[in-house]
Amino acid sequence: MKYTAQDFKSNQEVRWCPGCGDHAVLAAIHRALPVVCEQRGYSKERLVFISGIGCSSRLPYYMDTFGFHSIHGRATAISTGVKVANPDLSVWQACGDGDALAIGGNHFIHAIRRNIDINIILFNNQIYGLTKGQYSPTSKLGQITKTSPYGTVENPFTPGSLVLGARGTFFARSLDSEIVLNQEIFVAAAAHDGCSVCEMLTNCVIFNDGAHSTISDREYRADRTIILRHGEPMVFGKEKDKGLILEHGKLKVVKIGENGITVDKLLVHDAHAEDPAIQNQLINMKYPDYPVALGVIRQVSEPTYDDRVRDQLTQVKEASKITCMDELLRSGATWTVE
Amino acid sequence: MQLTGTLFADASALYGNEISTFPDYPAEIRAPHGTVSGVSGFQVHIGSNEINTPGDFCDVLVAMNPAALRANAKWAKPTATVIIDTDTFDEALIKRAGYATLDPITELQIEDRNIIYSPITTLTKESLKDSGMDQKAIVRCKNMFTLGMCFYMFNRPLEFTYAYLEKKFKKKPALIEPNKKVLFDGFNYAANIQAIANTYTVKPAKQEKGVYRNISGNQATAWGLIAASEKSGRPLFCGSYPITPATAILEELAIHKNLGVKTLQAEDEIAGICTAIGAAYAGNFAVTTTSGPGLSLKSEALGLAMITELPLVLVDVQRSGPSTGIPTKTEQTDLAQALYGRNGECPIAVVAAHSPSHCFDAAFYAGKYAMEHMMPVILLTEGFLGNGSEPWRIPSMKDYPAIKPPVIDRCEGAFKPFERDPKSFARKWAFPGKAGLEHRVGGLEKNTAGVISSDPENHAKMVAERAEKVARLADYLPEQKVIGPDEADVLIVGWGGTFGHLYTALHELQDEGKRVALCHFDFINPLPKNTADIFARYKKIIVCELNSGQFADYLRAKLPQFDYLQYNKVQGQPFIVKEIVDAVNAIL
Repeated sequence: MKYTAQDFKSNQEVRWCPGCGDHAVLAAIHRALPVVCEQRGYSKERLVFISGIGCSSRLPYYMDTFGFHSIHGRATAISTGVKVANPDLSVWQACGDGDALAIGGNHFIHAIRRNIDINIILFNNQIYGLTKGQYSPTSKLGQITKTSPYGTVENPFTPGSLVLGARGTFFARSLDSEIVLNQEIFVAAAAHDGCSVCEMLTNCVIFNDGAHSTISDREYRADRTIILRHGEPMVFGKEKDKGLILEHGKLKVVKIGENGITVDKLLVHDAHAEDPAIQNQLINMKYPDYPVALGVIRQVSEPTYDDRVRDQLTQVKEASKITCMDELLRSGATWTVE
Repeated sequence: MQLTGTLFADASALYGNEISTFPDYPAEIRAPHGTVSGVSGFQVHIGSNEINTPGDFCDVLVAMNPAALRANAKWAKPTATVIIDTDTFDEALIKRAGYATLDPITELQIEDRNIIYSPITTLTKESLKDSGMDQKAIVRCKNMFTLGMCFYMFNRPLEFTYAYLEKKFKKKPALIEPNKKVLFDGFNYAANIQAIANTYTVKPAKQEKGVYRNISGNQATAWGLIAASEKSGRPLFCGSYPITPATAILEELAIHKNLGVKTLQAEDEIAGICTAIGAAYAGNFAVTTTSGPGLSLKSEALGLAMITELPLVLVDVQRSGPSTGIPTKTEQTDLAQALYGRNGECPIAVVAAHSPSHCFDAAFYAGKYAMEHMMPVILLTEGFLGNGSEPWRIPSMKDYPAIKPPVIDRCEGAFKPFERDPKSFARKWAFPGKAGLEHRVGGLEKNTAGVISSDPENHAKMVAERAEKVARLADYLPEQKVIGPDEADVLIVGWGGTFGHLYTALHELQDEGKRVALCHFDFINPLPKNTADIFARYKKIIVCELNSGQFADYLRAKLPQFDYLQYNKVQGQPFIVKEIVDAVNAIL
C-alpha cells in the first residue's frame, strides 16, 4: 500500500508552541514514513511510536499509528519491551534531552548497548521545556536557567559520544529545520537493523531560544555545518569551498584550492567504519574551530538483540524434548504415591 | 564429625530454650520416623563416612566427599539442602566412590534438592593460612567451617559455640582462636552466598494418590506463569532485575525458552517493569518479578500499567525491610506497599500464595485475572515460600480453566480503547499490528475514546471506573473458605505464607478441645465477597501476620463493623506454632 504524509497525521491538534522546532521534526517524520513503508514493505499498523515525558514526548498523539506516551525517562525501556515482544513491529521513539539523557540515561545506554532494533529520535533543545526552563544534561556550561541563575557548573553530554561509548551502531545528527535531510536520516534509521539514534537539534522558542542559532542561522549555516554522507568527500561552505582532511590523526579544516588542496584530497566519510575514532572526532567538532557535523555519522552492521532473542528461542525449542506444560510438570525427578 | 553435630545440637538447644525461637526443632534434631514428607523438624548429618541412621530422613546433608554423598543421599528428603565440598569432587574421587558417571548429582537423582556447592577445603585453608597450624590440622577444621555455614542457615548464634570452644581447648589455647575464626568465616561465607535452608513446615496430612515432585515456591511461581501463558495463548515475557530472594524466578523462566518464554534481564528494576509494560502493549503476557525494594522502584510504572489498563503480573517475593533490611529473611511487610504504594488513586488487585506449591496456582490465577480483566495484579509471595519447597502432587493442565483475554482483532468505526465490558469493566486488548485499531495509550488521563482529557467530570468517571474494575474482580473469585467449625469462639485470620504454621496451630488448639477456626486469605484486594458473612459468625477474630498489623488495618478499613485482635511478629522469621497457640489461648 502506498501512503502519503497525510496518512500518518492524527486528528489531534498539535499543541507545541508556535515556532517550536518540534513542528519541523514532526513534518519530516510524516513525510519520511511513506518512503519507509514502501522501502520496507510495512503497512501502517506495524508502526508504533513510543515516548516518555516532555514536550517532544507528545509526538505519539500526533501520529495516526499505534502509540504509547509513557512516563518520564522510561520510553527506551517500553520500546525495548514492545520490540522484543513483537520483533515484526517498527518501533519509533520520541524523547528529549532530559528524558533520555538524565532520568532515562540508564535505559538509553543499555538499549544502545544491546542494539535493540528501535529508532530513537532525540529532540535536543538543551533545556527542560515542559517544566519551564531548567538546565538539562546538554545545556552549555555556564548557561543561565531558572535552576542555574548564576550559570551551570557542569559539563554537558555530547549525545553522539555517549552513543559511541555505549557501542552504538547508528548515530545521526541534524537541525530541526533541515526537513529534507531529516527525512533522509529517518529513512536511513528505519533501514538500519539495530538501535538508531537520531539527534535533532531543536529550538525551544520560549525557554532556550537561539540555542543552536550560531550554526543554524540561514546566513551562516552552510559555513558552520557540514552534511556528511557515506562515501562522499567532506565538503562544506556556502561556496562548497571548504573541506576536512586528516592531519596527524586529527581533523583539520582546509580551503579547497589553497596549499594544493583539491576535492580528491579531502577525507571521504566512512559511516560504516567499525572503528569509531574518526566518527568520534566528527561528532565532537564544535563551532568556531570546526563545522558541526550533520547527517548519518555512524552506521555499522551488528546482530540485533531482538534477532538474537528470536534465534535463541528457535534453537532451544528445536533441541528440547519438552513441548508443553504437562510435559514440563512431569519432567525430572518424580515419584508415585499409590 | 560427631563433635560438629553435637555443637550444632547444643547451640540449637541452648538458643531454642533461652529465647524460645525454634521450639519446633527438637534438641536432638532428629526428624520423626516414617514419612519422607510431612515433618517439621530437621536433623543434620555431617558425614565424610557412611552414617547408618535408617529410618531418619534429613533436611540438611553435608557431604564432605563423593563417597559420603553416595552413602547418604538416600536419606535426604525431597526438600533437603545438600552441602557439598566441591574440592573433593574430582574425577579420581568420584570414580573411587563407585559412581557410574562423573555426575554424582544426576546419577543419585538429587538434582532437585537445594544443593549448595562450596569449595569447603579451599576456604578452610585460606581461613587458617596464618594460624600457625599444620596443613593436616587445618584441613580437619573444615567441619567447623561447615558448622559455621549451618549456623547461618538456621539462625544459630555463634556465642554458645565460642564459649564451648574456649572451655574445650582450655589446655590447648592455641586452638581456640583458629576454631573460632573458621567457624565465623563459614558463617560469613554462607551469608555471602545467601545459602538458604528450606525451613518450610508442611502439614503432616495423608498424601493423596498420584505422581509427586518436589517444588520450591519460586520454581512453582515461574511454572504457574508459564502455565497461564500456555492457557491464554499469549507468549510469556518477563522483564526483571536480579534481587534476593526473587531472582530464582527469573532464572527458572530463563531456562524455558523451549516453551516460548522470553526473559529480559533489565538494567534496573524500573526497566524490568517498563519492558514488561511495553511487552503487554505489544500483546504478550507480561511479568516482572522482584522483592520489596524493587517494588518501591516499580511504583511509578505500576501506576502507568494501571492507567493504561494493560495486563501485568508483578511478583513480589517479600523479604525483611525497610530498605535493604535483612534480604535473606522472610516477612509480610510489603502488603501496605502493594495495596497503596502509588501516586494518585491507584487501586491494584493483590493476591497471595500460601505455600511453596500453591505459588503455582497463585501465579496462574494472577495471570488469568490480569489478562481477562486487563489490569496489573500484584502477587505476594515470601522468601520463606520462594526458597522453601515441598512435595507436590503434579496437576494436569486440563484441570485448569481457560484464560480468555479480551483480544480484539477489528472494530466498526473508530476504536475506543477505554470502552468497557459491561460486566467485568475490562477494556479490549488491541495490540500493534492489527489494522484499523491504531490508538494511543499513556500516563495522561484519557476519555473512553483514548483522547487526552483534563475534564473534571471525565477524570472522576475514569478514576471510579478503574477502581470499580478492580472491585468487580470479586465477582470472579472463589468463595472464601473456613477451616474448622462454622461458628466458634475464635477465628484465626491469616494470609500468605503463614498458612502452614496457622494450620498446625489450629489443629493443636482443636486437639486441646478449643473451639477455633482458620480463615486464610489468598485474595486480598478485592476480598472475597463472603468475608463479612464469615467474620460475623465468630466471637473473636485474631489476625496473625508477619508485620505490625497491615492486613488487620486493611480489614478495619474495609470491614469496620468487626473487632480485630492481632498477633504480629517482625523478626525476619516465620511464626512458630507454639506462639500462635499461646496467642489464641490468651484470648479464649
